[in-house]
Amino acid sequence: MSKTKQNDSFLRRLISNQMFIPLLALVLLAIINLINDPSFFKISVQLNNAGNAVLSGYLITILDYGSELAILAIGMTLVTAASGGQDISVGATIAIAGSAMLHVLCGGVARPTELATPVFVAFLVACLVGMACGLFNGLLVAIFKIQPMIATLILFTAGRSIAAWINNNELPIVPDPKFAYFGGFIPGIPIPTTVFIAAACIIIMALVLKFTNLGLYTQAVGINEKSSRLNGINPTFIKILAFIILGLCVAVAALIKVSRLSTINYSVIAKDIEMDAILAVALGGNSLSGGKFNIWASILGAYVIQFLTTTLYKFEVSSDALAAYKAIVVIILVVFSAPTVRDYMGRLGKQLRAKKEVA
Amino acid sequence: MKKVKANKGSIFTRVNDTNLLLGITVIVFLIMYLGAACILGGAFTKPQAFFNILNANASLIITSCGMSLVMITGGIDISVGGVVALVSMCCAVYLDYHDGTILGSILIALGIGLAYGIVQGFLVAYLDIQPFIVSLAGMFFARGMTTIVNTAPFNVTNEAFNQLKQTRINVPGLGTYNRRGIYVPTYAEIGVLVALIVVLVLYIMLKWTKLGRSFYAVGGNKQSALMLGINVKRTKFLSHLICSTLAGVGGYVYFLHVGSGAASHAMGMEMNAIASSIIGGTMLTGGVGNIIGTLFGVLSLSTIQNIVSSAGFDQAWWTGITIATMLCLFLLIQSVIMAKKKKALKTT
Repeated sequence: MSKTKQNDSFLRRLISNQMFIPLLALVLLAIINLINDPSFFKISVQLNNAGNAVLSGYLITILDYGSELAILAIGMTLVTAASGGQDISVGATIAIAGSAMLHVLCGGVARPTELATPVFVAFLVACLVGMACGLFNGLLVAIFKIQPMIATLILFTAGRSIAAWINNNELPIVPDPKFAYFGGFIPGIPIPTTVFIAAACIIIMALVLKFTNLGLYTQAVGINEKSSRLNGINPTFIKILAFIILGLCVAVAALIKVSRLSTINYSVIAKDIEMDAILAVALGGNSLSGGKFNIWASILGAYVIQFLTTTLYKFEVSSDALAAYKAIVVIILVVFSAPTVRDYMGRLGKQLRAKKEVA
Repeated sequence: MKKVKANKGSIFTRVNDTNLLLGITVIVFLIMYLGAACILGGAFTKPQAFFNILNANASLIITSCGMSLVMITGGIDISVGGVVALVSMCCAVYLDYHDGTILGSILIALGIGLAYGIVQGFLVAYLDIQPFIVSLAGMFFARGMTTIVNTAPFNVTNEAFNQLKQTRINVPGLGTYNRRGIYVPTYAEIGVLVALIVVLVLYIMLKWTKLGRSFYAVGGNKQSALMLGINVKRTKFLSHLICSTLAGVGGYVYFLHVGSGAASHAMGMEMNAIASSIIGGTMLTGGVGNIIGTLFGVLSLSTIQNIVSSAGFDQAWWTGITIATMLCLFLLIQSVIMAKKKKALKTT
């Protein structure tokens, strides 16, 4: 053991760091873009439609549109760590929460002239709806012991239908232009509001992890449910809590998503976002079968994925075909993080080193 | 002494899992269908109504059978819907833009299915990657590829294909006379025949062949299957191979039914296949399941859809909500049965 420690060079320590893979991916993507078109990194100040001076450029786009993903990645990491499975219903629950928010905001009228309730109340309703969806998933997983992916499959199927049902399949339009601030820009501030929202969520989560035992308990439940129970942790509660936190994240993401359009499209809103969120967790080097987690790596992973998406758009890949390229990235990622492949690579590395010593 | 006690246990210990779940499904289906025939009457009383359900769902039956097989082995495959869409798009493009032949299109369908099976099976069985992640990526890949092959949806105009599409098999002895007294035969499409053959072959394989039994053994307990000398990895690989190949076959049957290629085809079919398997009594935990149950699962699912739409709830969202409710219900039943069974086993 001590011998291997001595052999550990700086490079090896770097490689074994969880942040290494997302950082490597980020650097690779940056280099590809630099070669393809250096103007990718240009940030300029432009006037937007509302007449505000705002920052624009691909990097700002990545930060802007990566926010929802980063927020979701926080919740998804917790759920993955606690339950050893992923929630695939996040896209559908964003539709539900967004639909409920619009219903409250517009008072059930498709073309209202003014807001029926303040935005704050509507957001609270969205939070409650998101938490209710989380609670539903959590109950199925924790109490009825259904695999998380199957349990969330129920809302994945029904979610968009329920969202359409809430508003009677109408698409209400929010009349107040101030509502668009959440997904756009506040006049006078050149940075997208979503960046602040994401930062706020990340800071809150960091404080929670710092001052409570949530992180430790979640890992304990994920690693071994039985022994965590014997140590006085309630695994059922921790699992449900993880799903409820994800529900809150979903509500925040729904606020941003709905605010971007000031309306909703039930079948398209947050489509395929569950894939991106799971990918962010996987890219962050977190085990998809639960246990230890690193929330920072997941958040970084989320921005890397948005970077990838933006890069693919830059290469003029159509939005429908995007999924195929991302799927290839996922497969490459999971193959390299598979234990069997890692063992094989480790053995290969050892053989190579042995040969070197002989030579 | 112990044996007698076990026999006197509750119903949950006496009947084995497969038969109990199968029984529930068959009873639910019969009640639903008879209820619909009595209350809604009309179309449900004619034999053609039943065969229309079969015609529309032949491809779902085929893909669900594959899904059940994978689920019995303890895995899952959510790429089947994507594969179906990809197969129908590729076949449509081949037939219309490249003047292809029927045989060629069938080979394309099988080829896509086999390729999917080999890649996914290898990743799941030999690299030990979670089947859900692999097939999620597979699903997105297939959906993306479908739009890359061709973006716009279109109908196939190939003559030989359209002839095959129109081919109908009359079911003897089930025809009805219409108002004018003309005999209207009850018909089934070719897809139904294919689906029934698939069900029969898989049923026989699962019940009486060594390979079939090893699927159950691997799904029930990997460790003891390994002790019994079963090649666990190969069995898992084969289950994914068969499932994806059946998805290819199902894709062709789907294509034969709709006669067009579109990126939005078979949206959510993987969901319906999983739901049918679960309703048919296949356990998500593996080791329990029955192909006949899956057949009834598909029938129950499509009957309830028909009932919902003919009872006046014809907005699109009701279908999603009903399927999800039904899935939820059966998942809960499974969970409760398993919990009771565990308790009953502990007390004996």
